[in-house]
Amino acid sequence: MKEFKILAVILILVGITYYGIEPYAHSVMHPEVAPADFTFQDVKNVDTKLTGNAANGKTLVEANCIACHAIEAAGNPAVMSNADAAASYGVVPPDLSHAGRIYDANFLANFVFDPVSAMHLQHKYNAESGKQFPMPSYNWMAPQDIMDIVAYLQSIAVKVTDDKAGHKATFEAACGRCHNMQYAGIEATTPADNLKTYMGTVPPDLSQYIKSRGEHYLHSFVNDPQVLLKGTSMPRVGLTEKAQEEVIAYMEEIGDSKKAERNSLGLWVMAYMVVFAFLAYLWKRKIWEEVH
Amino acid sequence: MAKFKKADSMLEWFDQRLGVVNFAKVMMTEYWIPKNINFLWAMGVLLTMLFTMLLVSGIFLLMYYKPDVNMAFDSVNYTIMQEVAYGWLFRHIHAVGASVVFLIIYIHMFTGIYYGSYKKGREMIWISGMLLFMLFSAEGFSGYMLPWGQMSYWAAYVITEIFGGIPFIGDDLVVWIRGNFYVADATLTRFFMLHVLLIPLAILGAIVFHFYSLRFPHVNNEKGEFFDYEVEAEKYLAGDKKHSKVIPFWPVFLSKDVFVMGVFLIFFFYLVFFHYDFAMDPINFDKANGLKTPAHIYPEWYFLWSYEVLRGWFFEIAGISGKSLGLMAFGFANVIFLLIPWLDRSPTVKPANQRPFFKYWFWILMADLMVLTEFGKLPPTGPNAWVGFGASLTFLVLFLSLPFITKMEAKKAGRK
Repeated sequence: MKEFKILAVILILVGITYYGIEPYAHSVMHPEVAPADFTFQDVKNVDTKLTGNAANGKTLVEANCIACHAIEAAGNPAVMSNADAAASYGVVPPDLSHAGRIYDANFLANFVFDPVSAMHLQHKYNAESGKQFPMPSYNWMAPQDIMDIVAYLQSIAVKVTDDKAGHKATFEAACGRCHNMQYAGIEATTPADNLKTYMGTVPPDLSQYIKSRGEHYLHSFVNDPQVLLKGTSMPRVGLTEKAQEEVIAYMEEIGDSKKAERNSLGLWVMAYMVVFAFLAYLWKRKIWEEVH
Repeated sequence: MAKFKKADSMLEWFDQRLGVVNFAKVMMTEYWIPKNINFLWAMGVLLTMLFTMLLVSGIFLLMYYKPDVNMAFDSVNYTIMQEVAYGWLFRHIHAVGASVVFLIIYIHMFTGIYYGSYKKGREMIWISGMLLFMLFSAEGFSGYMLPWGQMSYWAAYVITEIFGGIPFIGDDLVVWIRGNFYVADATLTRFFMLHVLLIPLAILGAIVFHFYSLRFPHVNNEKGEFFDYEVEAEKYLAGDKKHSKVIPFWPVFLSKDVFVMGVFLIFFFYLVFFHYDFAMDPINFDKANGLKTPAHIYPEWYFLWSYEVLRGWFFEIAGISGKSLGLMAFGFANVIFLLIPWLDRSPTVKPANQRPFFKYWFWILMADLMVLTEFGKLPPTGPNAWVGFGASLTFLVLFLSLPFITKMEAKKAGRK
């Protein structure tokens, strides 16, 4: 009985200390932020209730987009090499093959209307800084036309499987123009020198971000970087919840590749220790019977 | 040369050459431990086991780790964690083990303080134990640098910077420790040497010394009772095991320890597999970058109390800067535990709860250390800074008042 009391005292002291230096201290250092919004309600320049016409969208895309954007899925190859594109625009413009799938429709429509406000980059691109986002606003375009473009991009969007290969495709489409993922052999399509000029700093390698930032942080951060890192030059990318989950899943598959092994082995080892402790208890009782 | 008769058994063969029968008696079956003990007396064996696990896992890590600023981070996080079969397991055991070993050290140490196991002949046990604590601290600190993550770098930067506050030689000392003007490759390679060679050697020596120091004064017991070990041992050997106050190390004492070890290992492996963030700070999975200071820099949890004693002094008093005062307090905190056998002036060896004044002292110390630990992690801003100052001051006052409190206690006991 006395031993249980001693154990209780130790558990209480250790428990209080643990609570203070882990969950509590982290909640002070990293306060909770507004929940992720995957409908991107704050941008409402385009009436997204309008039903888009993909056929008209195709015409509009061919007239307005493919001069800069590749759309491999629709047979429109890149017009120049990555190095040349980065030198011309600052950053390699995205291939739009995945755009209709990975970007939220509301975000995408509002992005076409005004990229800077959709990406939450007004602090970087404004009259004072004199900087211009490489893609022009299509705020002169009729909302119906914008929705037609969105419908077209959705209609041609590449489907991916729900596995590592699919997650990788989503990751490359969403993050791969700026971020390296050394542990997966992925190099940003935009050369580092261009990125440094374009972003102000070379964006970090994401190999270990699942560990250094963790799923909880990434869930908010990828949704809207400004919420956790005000003033960062990383844009709000506008991923759907599903696309974001795929990105984070890929980061875990690369950065924490032994997770499944760890979880299954862990249970076996703990079960072994339970049996060990039980047998040890029986042995101890047998031995101590003689001396008590 | 002595005459040898042909051995009849393998045991005899070895006994003739190595005296194994006597050795086993001295070390195991007739090494006497008091019977009146609780599971807190198993912490020594737990620590021995944890040190062994750290040593073994460390040897495996050493096969793949590369002590070079350009390779260290990836050799840990890619090669060991993802490429080497079960490399992650060795790293988790090593990292979690290094953190948990301090938890058990603290339990072991405060058990000693609670039961007064540092006086009346047990001073050398205490001194050698505190020596081990210091060596483990150095081992923990040097090891934390090796993965070359952001916290490795910045904790090393901040902690080595502390030495800069020492008068006259401070600045030179910092450069001497780092091997460069800032934390750099030379720092990493020398800390690597310390971590895998010099300090482990010293630890092994200190462990042997610590065990040896137990031999003459014997292990304390739950009541602080002094009795004649030889008489009690004879009783035991004569078969009166129930009335003897001692038990042999093997198998009686160890059978209990093995059980405690089993329970402990369930908890330990839970941490290793499922809850390791506390020992492997997420920030340390960002590669070290000397140009990018993390928002919050803090040492590992087991250094937080002494770090807060240092940090608590944030303003000038009587013309002495807060930094200097903090450094003095920090120096005080790091040697004062060593002197406990002489600060406690009461000759009574009893558990704290049976000592009229010491019991308050003990629990206030516990509370103060917990407050220091907690505020050592929180940002030192606003009221936090004042709590830190109060707790740091309390720590100093507690130790400065200990001789008087225990003297009063001794007088009170004398009057009875």
